[in-house]
Amino acid sequence: MEIIHSDVLVIGGGLAGLRAGLAAQKRGQQVIILSLVPPKRSHSAAAQGGMQASLANALKGAGDNEDVHFEDTVRGSDWGNDQEVARMFTHVAPKAVRELAAWGVPWNRVEAGERTVIIDGKPVTLTESADAHGLITARDFGGTRKWRTCYVADGTGHAMLYAVSDQTIAAGIPVHERREAVALIHDGERCHGAIVRNLIDGKLTAYVAKATCIATGGFGRLYQATTNAVINEGIGAAIALDTGVVPLANMEAIQFHPTAIFPAGILVTEGCRGDGGLLRDVDGHRFMPDYEPEKKELASRDVVSRRMEAHIKAGKGASNRFGQHLWLDITLLGAAHINHKLREVKEICQYFLGIDPAKQWIPVRPAQHYSMGGIRTDAHGAARGLKGLFACGEAACWDLHGFNRLGGNSVAETVVSGMIVGAAIADFCASPDGELTVSTALIRQCFERAQAEFGAITNHHGKESASLLLREMQATMTAQVGIVRHGEAMNAAVNTLQSLLLRSRDLGLSGRRGGADPELTLAWRLQKMLKLALCVSYGALQRTESRGAHFREDYPQRNDADWLKRTLASWPDAGQTLPTLAYEPLDIARMELPPGWRGYGTRDAIEHPLTAGRQAEVDATRAALAGSDRHAVQAALMPFRHLLPAHLRGDNARLGENA
Amino acid sequence: MITLFRKPKPGAAPRRLTLHILRCNPADPASKPYLQAFELEEAEGMTLFIALNEIRATQDPSLQFDFVCRAGICGSCAMLVDGRPALACRTLTRDYGSDITLAPLPFFELIGDLSVNTGKWMRGTAERLQTWIAQSEAVDLDALEARMEPALAEAIYELDRCIECGCCIAGCGTAQMNENFVGAVGLNKIARFRLDPRDTRSDADFYELIGDDDGVFGCMSLLGCHDICPKELPLQTQIAFLRRKMAVEGLR
Repeated sequence: MEIIHSDVLVIGGGLAGLRAGLAAQKRGQQVIILSLVPPKRSHSAAAQGGMQASLANALKGAGDNEDVHFEDTVRGSDWGNDQEVARMFTHVAPKAVRELAAWGVPWNRVEAGERTVIIDGKPVTLTESADAHGLITARDFGGTRKWRTCYVADGTGHAMLYAVSDQTIAAGIPVHERREAVALIHDGERCHGAIVRNLIDGKLTAYVAKATCIATGGFGRLYQATTNAVINEGIGAAIALDTGVVPLANMEAIQFHPTAIFPAGILVTEGCRGDGGLLRDVDGHRFMPDYEPEKKELASRDVVSRRMEAHIKAGKGASNRFGQHLWLDITLLGAAHINHKLREVKEICQYFLGIDPAKQWIPVRPAQHYSMGGIRTDAHGAARGLKGLFACGEAACWDLHGFNRLGGNSVAETVVSGMIVGAAIADFCASPDGELTVSTALIRQCFERAQAEFGAITNHHGKESASLLLREMQATMTAQVGIVRHGEAMNAAVNTLQSLLLRSRDLGLSGRRGGADPELTLAWRLQKMLKLALCVSYGALQRTESRGAHFREDYPQRNDADWLKRTLASWPDAGQTLPTLAYEPLDIARMELPPGWRGYGTRDAIEHPLTAGRQAEVDATRAALAGSDRHAVQAALMPFRHLLPAHLRGDNARLGENA
Repeated sequence: MITLFRKPKPGAAPRRLTLHILRCNPADPASKPYLQAFELEEAEGMTLFIALNEIRATQDPSLQFDFVCRAGICGSCAMLVDGRPALACRTLTRDYGSDITLAPLPFFELIGDLSVNTGKWMRGTAERLQTWIAQSEAVDLDALEARMEPALAEAIYELDRCIECGCCIAGCGTAQMNENFVGAVGLNKIARFRLDPRDTRSDADFYELIGDDDGVFGCMSLLGCHDICPKELPLQTQIAFLRRKMAVEGLR
């Protein structure tokens, strides 16, 4: 048994993992990063439209700051998120974007003078100020009150990922590519690293570390229709679940992106609508203003996706031989804008649809896009249940996003949480708790258990096919645990998934080939993915309300009185076929922004009995401090800076504020 | 770029495709390379991503290939399609005849079948050419960002769009003869950082990295890289420009 030691083991080489690794190394810890693929191929590269940070440089961003970004994020989450975390995030986002600028990200910049943009279907002339010339500009995105989304054309994630990846190379951090963590090394209390499979030769190695950080992204591949890359199978979350002691939170909170090209599911950015693109139906009618007179195409993603599905159900979908869809019209933006600011979209349309989006409409339909839930952590990224285990990025439920995340907030979260969690990991390693005392017997036991899992599949010779079961799971999730949910359908889905889980214990491989053998890899992952699918569907079935992206026809109202709480799913006994669910209430008494109406979507929430009291407290505090500095008011309502590492606590400069 | 877009006649029966795939499994010492033919029915809008996954799911689960984004943006799936380097995920079968030959990219270490280790080579090249912003001063995270001309930011992004797919190396005559050649991917990165005012290196520094036959003077100007680049990067002009700047530097 080969054993590799490091201070910090980061599982996942996307933006969150790389940034956390850099932060930990900067504080003196020795770091190894594992990645399924070369890190620059991670799904972070697919973030197109931009990263939210309240720089307020562009004219339409004037007046923006952390307060506005915070409120947008909480409303977007449908009050399901952790408000302290949202404060930490909105405070650090401008620092992150500026750090990335210094690291070489070619953010698009403000050009002083007049320019024509499309707003609400019409050309409008904006005059950018000379003061802002050359600073980072921003575009409009859904669910935001200001133009806040900093961007690099529509290759923002690519540019960010390359800059951060290059920094890890410069820092000399080893990235072990084509490696998959298949089990955590733990004794039920403390995590000591992971058992890792080499995806080239299939060999297992034990990686022992003081701290382990899971940053493996989301699990979109549980669904048939998804914008996610093929590597987004949720295995990082699954190995945490397998410990039996680490809970996954809010797994039912799944985001569906309104504009995936139909039927391939490839994303075209929200920037298309942010820059003025429109949604049209079979008659060419722009239908979103009928449903959302205020935000129109730029309501939050959950609302737009739901309205689109409802419009299709009302008979207004266009159709091709693959089924029903709607149209995204960006022809009004003009070829010049598309060639400069939406060129990836142009290439995608050209290669996958054979159309020119400057001249033709794009067929779109909502598809699974993002998992708000994941490994439950505290504000520092420490996972619940095991000391020495951390998580960040989409794999984690740090709980920035609650039940719906805003566009541009996740790619921002990757780097912001990486900065914060990476520092916390280093502090943990340097503390007495960080000392590593692990027996080789424990490592061997975990190693042999992982080996046995693969051996059990190879030697079983059962009658089931992994690829067929996988497809059945994906079809079930898309059909029955999708955008519009119903108890009956979800009940059926839970039953189907349970039977698939049992059948997945009777797999037979068609042959055995040397090396990592893709068939064995798929078979092993399938069993993990089915457990995640059960966490999603069973959690969704039990949550008898609608909140953010979790929408139930049979319980259409948001119900704060009964459901202002986080679902915690765990899997204490490997023989179970359903997760064990528990709930964690959100504390209204500590909320800076007590629950209310989002400003878009339906206004019919069932109020929590404590909401009115907390709102009165907040109003009184604001009244008493009227005229005070906004930071002082904020600190009186809900202090958060103590949660940040010292170097990230300072006030952010803006034109006209601390500049 | 091939843009034939053969539109099938309405009502016509779908074509039978035969994919001839060059197979080899280095993990098995007895494995010798051979072409294996797989037949399947063409579907509307079928890409090589869809076709290869269908073959793996229904005919041969051991077939090795790499896809990640399947949207033409991550660079994982470059392979030789009828002898020409291309991103398989965005290659539509309808643009090809009914017999399509697939082979792994040459030059890179073979993992198995159509999978090659581009990541290892790219990391090595990044270390060798120091392809990151070289800065002496720490970033003040609380202060306004440094200003940049909007046009310059766009010009940097134009070169930053490289996805390290390896097509340019696979299509490079020099790289076939000199395995130490940094290729268009390496030279383009130097051009990108040279253009960036945030990078404090001078031409003298860049000359140390690419001022030899393994660098910009090794290029024979066959420019297969420029013709093949899936992102249509302006490799021809960048290499020519760099060569001139480095020649001037060499004469100092």
